[in-house]
Amino acid sequence: MVRSIYAPQLPRHPRPRYLPHPMTTLLAQLLNGIQYGLLLFLISSGLTLIFGVMGVINLAHGSLFMIGAYLAYVVANVTGSFWLAPPAAVAGGLLFGALLETGLFRRFRDREHLDQVLLTFALILLFEEARSLLVDNQFHSVAVPALLDFSVPIAGGFAYSAYRIAVLGICLIVAGIMVLTVERTKIGSAIRAAAENPEMLGLLGLNASRIHRLVFAAGTALAMLAGALAAPLQSVYPNMGDGFLILSFIVVVIGGLGSITGAFWAALLVGLIDTLGKAYVPQLAGVAVCGMMALVLLVRPAGLFAKA
Amino acid sequence: MKTASARSCALAVLAVASMPLWASAYHMQLASTALIASMFALSLQLLTGGAGLVSLAHAGFFGLGAYSVYLIGPVSIAVTLPAAAAIAGLAALGIGALALRTTGFFFLMSTLAFGQMLFFLFHDTPLGGSLDGVFIQRPDLFWTVPKAARPAVFLLLNLTVLGAMYAGLHALMRTLFGRALLGIRANEHRMRAMGHDVQRLKLAAFTLAGALAGVAGHMAALTDAFVSPDLLGWHHSAEALLMILLGGIGALHGPILGAFALTLLEELGPMITERQRLVEGAVILGAVLLLRNGLAGIRR
Repeated sequence: MVRSIYAPQLPRHPRPRYLPHPMTTLLAQLLNGIQYGLLLFLISSGLTLIFGVMGVINLAHGSLFMIGAYLAYVVANVTGSFWLAPPAAVAGGLLFGALLETGLFRRFRDREHLDQVLLTFALILLFEEARSLLVDNQFHSVAVPALLDFSVPIAGGFAYSAYRIAVLGICLIVAGIMVLTVERTKIGSAIRAAAENPEMLGLLGLNASRIHRLVFAAGTALAMLAGALAAPLQSVYPNMGDGFLILSFIVVVIGGLGSITGAFWAALLVGLIDTLGKAYVPQLAGVAVCGMMALVLLVRPAGLFAKA
Repeated sequence: MKTASARSCALAVLAVASMPLWASAYHMQLASTALIASMFALSLQLLTGGAGLVSLAHAGFFGLGAYSVYLIGPVSIAVTLPAAAAIAGLAALGIGALALRTTGFFFLMSTLAFGQMLFFLFHDTPLGGSLDGVFIQRPDLFWTVPKAARPAVFLLLNLTVLGAMYAGLHALMRTLFGRALLGIRANEHRMRAMGHDVQRLKLAAFTLAGALAGVAGHMAALTDAFVSPDLLGWHHSAEALLMILLGGIGALHGPILGAFALTLLEELGPMITERQRLVEGAVILGAVLLLRNGLAGIRR
C-alpha cells in the first residue's frame, strides 16, 4: 500500500504478442490473495490476542513485521541461506516479545488508550531509527531459496511459484497449530478465559503475568515470522510495516475482538479484496478494503464473526 | 492563580503578536507553523480531552481542509475558509457515524482505517494531483499582500484564527454540551443512565472537531501554499495526540503549549542530532512515562 510511494514507475512496454489468458491471471491473483491473507492472519492473530488478553493496543505490531523482514535479509546475507531466517525470526521474536512485555508493556496495561497509542507510536519511531542505524535506508530484495525457485504447473499451462505454495503451506500449518492450541489445550483455555474476562485468571489460580508474557511473545514471533516469510515475495524497505498494520487492524475489526477463527476468515477476505483490488482497480484498492470495513461496521459493529 | 495564568497568557499573545516588530521572516513562519499545529491539536482536544475519544482519523480532516483550497482554486478566503470547514465537517459526520458505532480499541482501529482511506483517496487517485504534493495558489485575502509582508500578515491571521478557536471552545466547554462531553469522558454509562443521548453528543463533538481541523488545514495551505498527502497520514494524527499529551490533557491551553513545544523541538532537534525519529521517540517515551499531567500540570 505505502509501497507505491517508493516503487519506481516502470516504463510502459508495447503490448506483448502473447498475453496470459484472463482466467489464468485471475487464478494466480486468487492464490496470491489467499497467500497474502494468510500472512495477514499471522500478524493480526497476534494483535487480536494481545489486545484480547492484555488490553494493550500495539501500534508497533507492524514494525515487528518489518523487523522480521530485515532479520531475514540480514540472516540470508550473512549465512548465505534463507532457510535459517524463519526459525531465527520465531526464536528472536519469542525472546524480543518477552523482553518488551516484561520491560515495557506490563506497565501500560492499566493506562489510558492515549498513553498506549503514544507509547507504541514512539516504539515505531525508535524501531525505524534502529533499523536505519543497524542496516540502512535502502530497498533490498531477498532471493527466493534456490530449492524452491521454480514454478509448479497446475492446470492448462498455468504454473505457480513453488515458494508461494510453500508459504501458503507454512501459514496454514501455523494457523492450524494456533487454533488447536487456543481451542484444545489447557494453556489455550487459560488464554480464552483471560480474553473473556481478565480477572478470571487470578480467580482460577493461574499466573496472569506468565500468560501475558507468553501471549505477547507468541504474537511478536508470529509477526516476525510473517515478515521473514514475506521478505522474498516483496522487497524489504523502510516503513514496510505500516501498510500491514492498517490492514491487520481492519482484519481485527472485521473479525471481532479476540476471536482467532474470526481473524482467520477476515484475513482471507481482506487479503483477497486487497490483492484483487490492486490487480484490477489499482487506484481504488486502498479505499475498497476500508469501504468493506465501513460496511461491516454498519451491519454488524461487533465484527462479522463475533458470537451474537 | 487565576489572574496569574491570565497574565502569562496575555504576555504570550503579546509576544507572538509583536513578532513583526522584532523577529525575522523565518521565525515568523516558524511561529505560524506552531500556531497552525496549535489549532490542529486544539481541535482534537475537543474529542480527546472533552469526550475522551482517541481518534487517529483527525489528520484526514486536517488534510481535507488543506486540499479543499487546492480543489476550489484561488477565490476569496471568505469562500475557501467556510468551504474547508464544511467539507471536513461533512467527512467527519460520515466517518464518525460509522466509527462511533464501536467503542474503545475498535473505535481507535476504525478511525485509523478511515483516516488512511482519506489518505489513499488523495495519494492513489488523480484527485490529489500528485503523490508528492502540489503547490497551490493562495486564496485571496481582502486586500493584496506584498510578498515581503506575507510572513507578518499570515502570522497575525493565524493568531487571530487560533484566538477565535480557543475563545469559542472555551465558551463551548462551559455550556451544557461541553459539560455533558466531560461527563462522557468521566463515566459514559452514568451519562447514558441519566438520559443523555451519548451517541449523538459524541457525533456532534466528532463533527465539530473535524470541521475545526479543516479550518487548521485551510490555514496551513494558505500559509505554506503547498499541500501533500502526508498531511492526511495517521502519523500526523499521532503527532496531534502527542501535542495534547505533552501539553496536558486536562487544560484547554495544554495543546497549544504542546504544539509550541513540539515545533520548537523539531526546530532544535536537528542541531543536536540528525536522527529526528530518535529525538521524537525519546521525547514521547519521556512524556508518557514521566509527565502524567503534561506541561500545563508542572506548575500545579
